[in-house]
Amino acid sequence: MALATFKGGTHPPEKKELSKDSPIEVLSEPEKVIIPLSQHTGAPCKPAVNVGDTVKKGQLIGTPEGFVSAAVHSSVSGKVTGIENVQLPTGRFSQAIVIENDKQNEWTNLKDNPDYMNLSPEELKNKIKEAGIVGLGGAAFPTHVKLSPPKEKPIDIVILNGAECEPYLTADYRLMIEKTSEVVEGLKILMKILGVKRGIIGIEANKPDAIEKMKEAVRGIEGIEVWALKVKYPQGAEKMLIKATTGREVPPRGLPMDVGVVVQNIGTAFAIFEAVRYGKPLIERVVTVTGEGIKNPKNLMVKIGTPVSHLIEFCGGFKNGIGKLVAGGPMMGFALSGLDVPVTKGTSGILVMSDSEVIHTEDFKPCIRCGRCVDACPMGLMPSMLSVLGEKGFYEEMKEYNLFDCFECGTCAFVCPSKRPIVQFIRLGKSLVKP
Amino acid sequence: MEAIKEKLIVSVSPHVRTEESVSRIMWTVNLALLPATVMAIYFFGIRALYVLSLSVMSAVFFEWAFEKFTKRPVTISDGSAFLTGLLLGMNLPSGVPFYLPVIGSFVAIVITKHLFGGLGYNIFNPALIGRAFLLLTWPRIMTTWLEPSGFTVDAKTTATPLMILKEEGIGRLLELFGDKANLYIHLFTGQRAGSLGETSVIAILIGGLFLLWRGYITWHIPLSFLGTSAVIAWVFGGKGVLFTGDPLIHLMSGGMMIGAFFMATDYVTSPMVRKAQIIFGIGCGFLTMLIRLKGGYPEGVMFAILIMNCFAPLLDRAFKTRVFGARKGQKK
Repeated sequence: MALATFKGGTHPPEKKELSKDSPIEVLSEPEKVIIPLSQHTGAPCKPAVNVGDTVKKGQLIGTPEGFVSAAVHSSVSGKVTGIENVQLPTGRFSQAIVIENDKQNEWTNLKDNPDYMNLSPEELKNKIKEAGIVGLGGAAFPTHVKLSPPKEKPIDIVILNGAECEPYLTADYRLMIEKTSEVVEGLKILMKILGVKRGIIGIEANKPDAIEKMKEAVRGIEGIEVWALKVKYPQGAEKMLIKATTGREVPPRGLPMDVGVVVQNIGTAFAIFEAVRYGKPLIERVVTVTGEGIKNPKNLMVKIGTPVSHLIEFCGGFKNGIGKLVAGGPMMGFALSGLDVPVTKGTSGILVMSDSEVIHTEDFKPCIRCGRCVDACPMGLMPSMLSVLGEKGFYEEMKEYNLFDCFECGTCAFVCPSKRPIVQFIRLGKSLVKP
Repeated sequence: MEAIKEKLIVSVSPHVRTEESVSRIMWTVNLALLPATVMAIYFFGIRALYVLSLSVMSAVFFEWAFEKFTKRPVTISDGSAFLTGLLLGMNLPSGVPFYLPVIGSFVAIVITKHLFGGLGYNIFNPALIGRAFLLLTWPRIMTTWLEPSGFTVDAKTTATPLMILKEEGIGRLLELFGDKANLYIHLFTGQRAGSLGETSVIAILIGGLFLLWRGYITWHIPLSFLGTSAVIAWVFGGKGVLFTGDPLIHLMSGGMMIGAFFMATDYVTSPMVRKAQIIFGIGCGFLTMLIRLKGGYPEGVMFAILIMNCFAPLLDRAFKTRVFGARKGQKK
């Protein structure tokens, strides 16, 4: 049988071999953590502690403001030494709580719930909300919001996204291998909250052992299927994943719930299990530190707020002359401007690119209308036109080419023989005109 | 760590790019023209070599000179000027005087390409505008064809199969080549009068299929171009009676093959959207056959492609791709 997939896409070098066989290691204790109050999509939190306060691990330090927001907790025990404005991996700035780590790892009171499957959907959702869980795939959208679809949008399928289509990253892969049953429990909780009978775990076919383990783990569980997906970028994009596994197409500017689907990332499912079972807030996540520019690529369990420099040191430091540091994968990740940036809830990887790997896009050439981007765009857009219009300053006209349907996966820019910074032009256009 | 901060490069994603590049594409197309170039030299001898190298060299020179003169970065290494020169030479008769390829290259590179903004911005296929200029300015020289007599010194002038077909009919053509099988063989191998690079169908097919196989072109334009031409030739190409024409003769003569695989598929001057490409190819085929069967010229490929070039942006607009999730016909 042909593997499930979508139309368009491309094949960047996968590069998973650098880190895929390294089991998840717990990163050594950082001296201090810098925990931003805005790590998620939505309103930033208000500080719940003051400078000089002593905090415990797992203690609430940022109170969510409004519904679309997510609570922030301390990832260490120690003393609050400052509330500062810091730069996030995305380049934006946010207020952050700086905590000196006393390395005692003293937890706040956690409540074990072996009986969690007997909790009501509302109680389960509340636990997720209290734990400050957001989508760990990168966009960091508050999970409890995703789990509260309006009445007129009935949900009938939950999909766990194990595609991990970004090159290099292996964080979700390691979780699927090492925490298989916890991830499946996470899915079951999600299905219970949404009252859904069908769950799908979609995994790219380049992770056969993960597919096997998952299949093994769901054997006998009614309603949960494991799907092998074609290896193609961006297979893990929500809309593409839904299309591949259910055949449903999310309408333009629509959300998965418009077609009765909720998609959650593997890491999120694991965090959900931990929150519901142990009451553990989201204070750590798996981060893949990888690339040709790092000595020992690893998958690390990292406390939120740990400075990137600490991860680099733990992985043996740089090699090959460092050129670019990317938070996330090479297709959609953010280039970092410094090493003191903290790991946030949305940081799935730190990619260290050596000097020779860096593509200098300032030397881009004119569009030769080859149409490669048109064929490759998973959203059916015409990136070539968007880039030409953006380059010449015709921002309003970009809307005629469905500017706001682009989710910036970078496929167009990847395939462009003229090396045009298409995503940059598109972002520029989006920031200068109203939808 | 401070020293590193100075060096970190910050730019917008994606941070990896394909190995593909403009110059790799252009040089690959040049390579795909190698079989046709070899056959041109085999059939038309030293004159072919002379005309081809002259037009390539002058095309590259004019690009270099224009870019130097206007203080732009010199792009002659990207292979696109080389390609324009090569295609122009391929579309000239073997006996042209030296100034024709030079002037043709000037018109192609300076006027058609660079005055419109350079690579990517030209509306018309540069090599074809170069040729059209030469044909209209020196109509006699441009329609004086030599026999494919290899490296012999004094080649006789003769008519192309399409000229014979138009002026004297299919009977005379068969008489000259013996029988139909023999005619087909001559057309297929390229042993006939015509422009340098257009005569050898097999050589062009080898190059064209290579480009298809490597994904540098797709089937949409060549197939719709050739298919439309074949159907029209079959239906209307006969003598007074419908459905008696010979499509093979039409497909294998004139510039049909090199036009369908190498000229109409030029990225810059053809549509990007697949559906639009099919319409583009149908238009090329229709106009070619209209000119061949009803027009004043025996051959119509060049004008057909140039006319369709005008429509390329319009076709892309008309056949915009469907946005993911949008229902059929849904316009936003």
